[in-house]
Amino acid sequence: MISKDTSFWGYRRENGRVGIRNHVIILPVDDLSNAAAEAVANNIKGVLAIPHPYGRLQFGADLDLHFRTLIGAGCNPNVAAVVVIGIEDGWTQKVVDGIAKSGKPVVGFGIEQHGDHDTIMRASKAARELLQNASEKHRVECPVHELWVSTKCGESDTTSGCGANPTVGNAFDKLYDIGSTLVFGETTEITGGEQVVVKRCRTPKVAEDFMAMFNRYQDVVNRHKTSDLSDSQPTKGNILGGLTTIEEKAMGNIQKIGKKCLVDGVLDKAEMPTGPGLWFMDSSSAAAEMVTLCAASGFAVHLFPTGQGNVIGNAILPVIKICANPRTVRTMSEHIDVDSCALLQREMVLDEAGDKLLDMMLRTANGRLTAAEALGHREFVMTRLYESA
Amino acid sequence: MIHFVLHEAKDTVAVAVVEGIKAGTDLTAWIMDDDKQIPIKALQDIPIGHKIALTDMAVGDTIFKYGTDIGRVVAPIKAGEHAHVHNIKTKRW
Repeated sequence: MISKDTSFWGYRRENGRVGIRNHVIILPVDDLSNAAAEAVANNIKGVLAIPHPYGRLQFGADLDLHFRTLIGAGCNPNVAAVVVIGIEDGWTQKVVDGIAKSGKPVVGFGIEQHGDHDTIMRASKAARELLQNASEKHRVECPVHELWVSTKCGESDTTSGCGANPTVGNAFDKLYDIGSTLVFGETTEITGGEQVVVKRCRTPKVAEDFMAMFNRYQDVVNRHKTSDLSDSQPTKGNILGGLTTIEEKAMGNIQKIGKKCLVDGVLDKAEMPTGPGLWFMDSSSAAAEMVTLCAASGFAVHLFPTGQGNVIGNAILPVIKICANPRTVRTMSEHIDVDSCALLQREMVLDEAGDKLLDMMLRTANGRLTAAEALGHREFVMTRLYESA
Repeated sequence: MIHFVLHEAKDTVAVAVVEGIKAGTDLTAWIMDDDKQIPIKALQDIPIGHKIALTDMAVGDTIFKYGTDIGRVVAPIKAGEHAHVHNIKTKRW
């Protein structure tokens, strides 16, 4: 049973935040720099390149989100140090400066006027030194409420809403009680359950902010849809698993915020919370996009319930999978960290399921690799708002 | 053994939580919020995760799950039949 006195062994960063991994990342600013970043990661064993397809000719709010995501990922407490590589110096330096505010070691390299070879050589030398320094960092005892916990479900089916999602909800209620920082999101996937969330908002202002985000996203769907979104929301996988409508999926989805905890505030995409409590982040319901936004917002561990067996991980944010579908647990066991099937056979009560998940969360925080980490799932998918210029 | 679960007594559908449910079988459903078990009978095979209708429903009726409106009936459904995208649609979008 978790309490205010529960602790775990984490990495205390320069800005006071607590992480559970000690990654040195090679972070490309743009798609053109992926090759150099991956070459550095090939040279220096133990660093992690995070390739992605964007970063050129973006503008306005979409560019702001791009920088917020990269800088947020660099500042994440699971990261010890960062090597930034961009095609040119200007935006590279912008990312370096943003990450440097967290106090952690960060260096940047622009490729133009140097070429890949020279850049890879200089960045590899820097990466080697940062990695060796990071390898001397020790885990220290940290109170569990300092661990920021995010949630998002994926490839849900009806067992998600009955078993896996309420398990996360039970864990969230317990973490909320001890002053943890928590986040959920998936704006369109609340369609049909939005009034349930409104009733859980701490103040009328929070409810108003939430509904503004919800309605904006509904407008996006209504503007672009060519059908009732069958096969997209719910997905083909959801439907195969027995989910029929978005309303049914939404009611299952919001079981993740438990029965007691209140929504204390809302966040824009990749925005960092300003204090403890439960936050709603306006976000896509696509798993890798949402989990990447959680990583960029500074969350250190992720609780991910699944029904049909979403295999997602993340480059810097360990993803713990919870499943209550006995067929999925049987056929995809290598992807499942916590089996909650007993809940639906009345062989375990929800409180026990929540405790079992919190126990796995603490073991993961102490260093146990998640199934997704062991399998090499390192998805890092940036959210785009509109076309490039 | 529990074959189906439903959230609230007012729900008109329940979810299969075991594999291999066959038509004509007498089965047990668990109402989670009331912690009560009730007998039900499947008229069709129900795959794991899929829903069974608990009452007869006509076109236009509202489907209740979690005690909440989760969509509308678009083809008649008899108690014990498979309830899914062929006879239920969203009221949104």
